[in-house]
Amino acid sequence: MKRNVNNNYSNIQLFWLVSLRVLIGWYFLYEGLAKVFSPKWTAYGYLMDSQGLFAPLFRMIAENPNLMATADFINIWGLTIIGLLLILGLFEKAGYIGAASLLTLYYLSHPPLLNVEYILRPEGSYLWVDKNLIMLAATILLFCFPTAARIGLDRIIYKKNKSK
Amino acid sequence: MSENNIPLNEEKNNQEKGNHKTISHGRRDALKAMATLPIVGAMAYGVYSKRKKEMSNLTSANMFHFKSDNASITPLSSDGKTVRLGIIGSGIRGKQLMIALGFGTPQYVEGLKEAQTNNPGNSRLKDFREQEDLHVVITGVCDIFDVHAEEAIAAAANIHREGVNGKYGAQPKRYLNYRDLLAAEDVDAVVIASPDHWHGQMAIDAVNAGKHVYLEKPMSWTVPETYALREAVKQSGVIFQLGHQNRQVEAYGRAREIVEKGLLGPITLIETGTNRNDPNGAWVYPIHPDASPNSIDWKQFEGDPDRIREYMDYMTSAGLAQYVGPEPRDKFSLERFFRWRCWWDYSTGLSGDLLTHEYDAMNQILGLGIPSSATSSGGVYFFKDGRTVPDVLQTAFEYSDKGFTMLYSATLGSQFSRSRKIMGHDATMEVGNTLTVTIDPRSEQYSEKIENGTIKPGEPFYHYMPGKSIDAVTSATELYFAERGLLYSYVDGKRYNTTYLHLREWLECIRTGKQPSCGIDEGFQEAITAHMGTRAYLEGRTMYWDAEKEEITRG
Repeated sequence: MKRNVNNNYSNIQLFWLVSLRVLIGWYFLYEGLAKVFSPKWTAYGYLMDSQGLFAPLFRMIAENPNLMATADFINIWGLTIIGLLLILGLFEKAGYIGAASLLTLYYLSHPPLLNVEYILRPEGSYLWVDKNLIMLAATILLFCFPTAARIGLDRIIYKKNKSK
Repeated sequence: MSENNIPLNEEKNNQEKGNHKTISHGRRDALKAMATLPIVGAMAYGVYSKRKKEMSNLTSANMFHFKSDNASITPLSSDGKTVRLGIIGSGIRGKQLMIALGFGTPQYVEGLKEAQTNNPGNSRLKDFREQEDLHVVITGVCDIFDVHAEEAIAAAANIHREGVNGKYGAQPKRYLNYRDLLAAEDVDAVVIASPDHWHGQMAIDAVNAGKHVYLEKPMSWTVPETYALREAVKQSGVIFQLGHQNRQVEAYGRAREIVEKGLLGPITLIETGTNRNDPNGAWVYPIHPDASPNSIDWKQFEGDPDRIREYMDYMTSAGLAQYVGPEPRDKFSLERFFRWRCWWDYSTGLSGDLLTHEYDAMNQILGLGIPSSATSSGGVYFFKDGRTVPDVLQTAFEYSDKGFTMLYSATLGSQFSRSRKIMGHDATMEVGNTLTVTIDPRSEQYSEKIENGTIKPGEPFYHYMPGKSIDAVTSATELYFAERGLLYSYVDGKRYNTTYLHLREWLECIRTGKQPSCGIDEGFQEAITAHMGTRAYLEGRTMYWDAEKEEITRG
């Protein structure tokens, strides 16, 4: 943590790193809130539509009512909380790890493979690389270039730790 | 301003400068710590505005507010006595009915196992094995083709739903003639899945023998036997269920509520249809390699002499000799045995086979009853294989007292998907496993809401998905899943087959003495409606219903 805080970013670097963090946070937060406000929202259809190597695992989750309820809960509140953490710059690293984990699961359940067709059609055209994968890379990048100790609530936490 | 090394500089500054400066730095710190907080505020404002707009659209939840969310499954009596069943006819449909009752051949179970091995996501084996026991035992089977009869015996004995080399129960007795099965004392009720030309007669005989009856649709082949069967059932105390399993489709109950509440406005046109595009769908069923005059009782297949006389009387008197045959009835024919639906000598055509399903769905929702008239057209346009029954049929049923037309339109040469539509002045409802209501731009009932933007006419306004009970507009994707049955595993946490539910209802009515959902009155309406459509096609003119005399007339 200490080392990262001392990263010497130029203003423009810091501005765009924070912007990227906030934009990804915004995306997560609204995805979460939209589900919070949709009663009976469920990822059932999405999971049943899984393809690729891990599809049986995702379908197994969908077909087990308890696992399905857990997956729904993690999606709804995970997205919302991760979104808030990234925007506010609070527990930044935990936020990135959470975001990267969810994005990895999304990518694995719907990999844009050759000869794979989804009932839920993606809104673009993809081959192996899709927006989830790019966002995953961006999240890992941000993990390596943290900003919350500079712009974000982590600044206060950092200060407190420092003054102890 | 450079942000480089700010934290270190700031600390140094704090030590060097006075109190005043410390406050200023503290503020700067706080500003930097909370710089992104306004973004959360922006999100809150955005979500609030969006929600406000959506809530005004949620009037569908208020307008489309209903008593019940989920139709419940017929509960089984806890001390339910075992019903002893006889199976009459164990061909394609008969086997499906036995499976729905929980009896599949060991080979069938092996097939399910293989499907599961090939695709672990395939849960049909599990569904079949875990299907709740209906407390029935099959004590008798009758089929006039030896192979079908032997398969039925093997299925009936497979009481533990096992594959080959499993442990089986006692085998039922095979009867060569259904009348002997009906005379058996160890049979309480029968499931009839014979060809159409035997439906009415077998049901009448079963009722007269005091057996409860589950009869496959259509209810009758000739018009006169329709009255005779109704009379027989009404005179008896037997529980009669006609095999329209879509009586069990959950969405129809909700559709009925929507119509009853007047949410569609005055209804003027109902559109239904069938589209199929493969030989199997056009009744060109496979011919079994072991079938021969030795393994098939052709004499019994020909039909009941009284019923044949009724059929011939009508065909001759109406000048329809070209539709009879063309082969003589007593000439053995594998094609006619396995593909009997293609010839009027045994069949009720598209009307009896497929229109009846559409009609019965609409009869449940709209309480149609018998139409005032029927006009048909069509022909043998695609499957020119010697059949006499048309593969394209259009029938318009008029309900002059109710003020609407029901159109049935079918082709066996195109599988294009057409939804069933109930068209009203204020809205149109599409009816399938799900419901979609679209408000009409020229609606008067909703004109205010259309003007103030609450309702966008022409767009799906209300969706109903059984088992999900979402009373609002939901995504097209979810609808797509529901239409394909993917969502049904969530109905009570289980996936149900409608035929199972329909049989279950019948069996419970036998135990409790209640009336099932597709009884003799519904069956009578179904049969007469189908006959009117068929006669209109055959005679090339409109058929009318004289409600007072209860007669089909030519106007």
